[in-house]
Amino acid sequence: MTVTGVPRIVTRRLGRLAPWTLASYLEDGGYDGLRKALSMTPEEVHEAANVANILGRGGAGFEAGRKWGMLAKSEPVYLTINGDESEPATFKDHMLIEADPHMVVEGALICAYAVRADQIFLYVRGEFALGLERLQAAVNEAYAYGAAGGDILGSGWSVDIVIHPGAGAYICGEETALLESLEGKRGYPRIKPPFFPAAVGLYGAPTIVNNVETVSNLPWVMRNGADAFAALGEGRSKGTKVMALSGHVKRPGNYELEFAKVTFRDLMFDARLGGGIREDRQLKAFIPGGVSSPWLGPQHLDVLLANDKIAEVGTMAGSGAVTAMDETTCIVRAAWRIVRFFHRESCGQCTPCREGSGWVEKILQRIENGQGREADLDLLMDVCDNISPGVRWPPAQTTICVLGPSIPPAPASGIRMFRDEFLTHIREGRCPFPPDRLPGRVAHV
Amino acid sequence: MARLTPHNEQRARDLIALYPHPRSALIPILHLLQEQDGYLTDDGMQHAGELVGLEAAEVQGTASFYDMFHTEPVGKYLIAVCTNIACLLQGAYELLEHAEERLGIAPGGTTPDGLFTLEDAECLALCGNAPCVTVNWRYFGDVDREGFDDLVARLAAGDLDGEVPPHGTLCRVRRSVGLAAAGASVHGYGGPVPAPAESSRPGAIADEPTDGVDLETFATTPAVLALDGPASPDDGAAPFDDRTEP
Repeated sequence: MTVTGVPRIVTRRLGRLAPWTLASYLEDGGYDGLRKALSMTPEEVHEAANVANILGRGGAGFEAGRKWGMLAKSEPVYLTINGDESEPATFKDHMLIEADPHMVVEGALICAYAVRADQIFLYVRGEFALGLERLQAAVNEAYAYGAAGGDILGSGWSVDIVIHPGAGAYICGEETALLESLEGKRGYPRIKPPFFPAAVGLYGAPTIVNNVETVSNLPWVMRNGADAFAALGEGRSKGTKVMALSGHVKRPGNYELEFAKVTFRDLMFDARLGGGIREDRQLKAFIPGGVSSPWLGPQHLDVLLANDKIAEVGTMAGSGAVTAMDETTCIVRAAWRIVRFFHRESCGQCTPCREGSGWVEKILQRIENGQGREADLDLLMDVCDNISPGVRWPPAQTTICVLGPSIPPAPASGIRMFRDEFLTHIREGRCPFPPDRLPGRVAHV
Repeated sequence: MARLTPHNEQRARDLIALYPHPRSALIPILHLLQEQDGYLTDDGMQHAGELVGLEAAEVQGTASFYDMFHTEPVGKYLIAVCTNIACLLQGAYELLEHAEERLGIAPGGTTPDGLFTLEDAECLALCGNAPCVTVNWRYFGDVDREGFDDLVARLAAGDLDGEVPPHGTLCRVRRSVGLAAAGASVHGYGGPVPAPAESSRPGAIADEPTDGVDLETFATTPAVLALDGPASPDDGAAPFDDRTEP
């Protein structure tokens, strides 16, 4: 068992009484990280982030410090915090925003100081009504406390924070779509190379887009030092990572764990974490990094939770959302529901994604309904191949953004790992699994 | 009512003042419209366009992209049942079927009394408490049949009026300060200088009191905090009581 006893960084204040208040935050050294940062030059803060090597926690896993270094040298500079968490089975930012909004605000301020941002936008998923309220209250308190606005904490440095609600669109979590949305437009992703937001972002100005969890690490890094952060984890994966565990485990929830030291087996089966599969059933398969990632099976349980280790087995750590599926799970149904999501959320700009997602969804639906044909398996893979040539990982793409290549992993994983199950649906003309049941009413196979 | 009331129009102007370009305030203003009318009317969208300098068609182009915006009336309570993967595995479709039977409507439908609209939603990010439901985007986790019936009964009886505002109301906490720091380098870039707003004065208090907003109420993400067990109940302290005082 390798669940390490390291300090928790972004979830350390959870469980406190009303941790979202300024009073509670100040008791835990709130805004000391910002004070420390303001005593340094922006370059020194940037260097600290480089030493800490904070990988982006939104899904792509790009080093935050490197991203900041790509900023074009022109004014103004904008900082946008991505709180549009919508990847299915990911619920860490939702928790952080609701439980510790001041930490998010302080992290954003430190980041803004390092990149010399002229204004901060906290883009929060519209559905997070309570999160928006807590965050707005925190921003109001931060202004009153002097940690935001003019002459922050007496340093002479000024920056404003605006909370911007989204309105229900998964694609707005993609950073260029988020910027379009922030400009009051439809959330259509922009063609990225060569114009990454750091060069051409909000209103054409250089813009940094960082995830909520990414910047939430900064106050701790400032207070405890980048070396302390870099001492945690292994290789490129430094610090801790919040793993969002869901599905058929006994104790679903968010668990902050040391990066690269804990395995999927620990996460799902340790009594302090997932606690094992419900009713002590067998694990059938699991989704390692959000529904955009190819699935893994029980043979991969000993893979370490680190971006590079997970990449080695042909999938990705993504947003850190792990979903366990037990032996009663119908793989066709699970794949269908995931593809249905992408079909509903495709922005519609690119044909392979807009049309392909719908076709894959319909084919999976008819297999699940017992009306499939054996040729459907090849047809599915053929459509997937047209969305993401080769259906390989890391994926090739025929679309503007990565939503397209996120469509094939679920059906392709299902067919590769459980081809017989698809064939059983087709040959028997029905789904051999019982319906999914509400907890307490688990059906027996 | 369709166009923004004078009071809400001022709130919209306050929102516009927060952004370097007026158009950025469009989505917040559409939320404001939806708070006022429960859904987006043509006149309201026209008005929003006038405020940010867009044609009505451009406003509708944006509004129609986003799932949270409704251009047809919806019930007072929009019940969204998540059926995405984490909830599906915990029986979300069984819950949705039950919801359909209980309310007598299919997803997308509204009860004849105008009280409830049902939605088959995508992941709502409460996967540690699957299956989950939101009512006007206020979260309820670990919902089973009995829990759903109880929720509907309490909503119908008005027992949850404090926690669940009518559809459209998103954030009940108002920004209490204007832009205190933004310099000329931010405002005026990339577009016309926004209309002057009361709240753009440093330290200005923007809006009406927001009494009755209980930030405590939906600390109900207990299993989300699984590592530490459920969050402690409030000790009765109300730290935000004076937050709207100047």
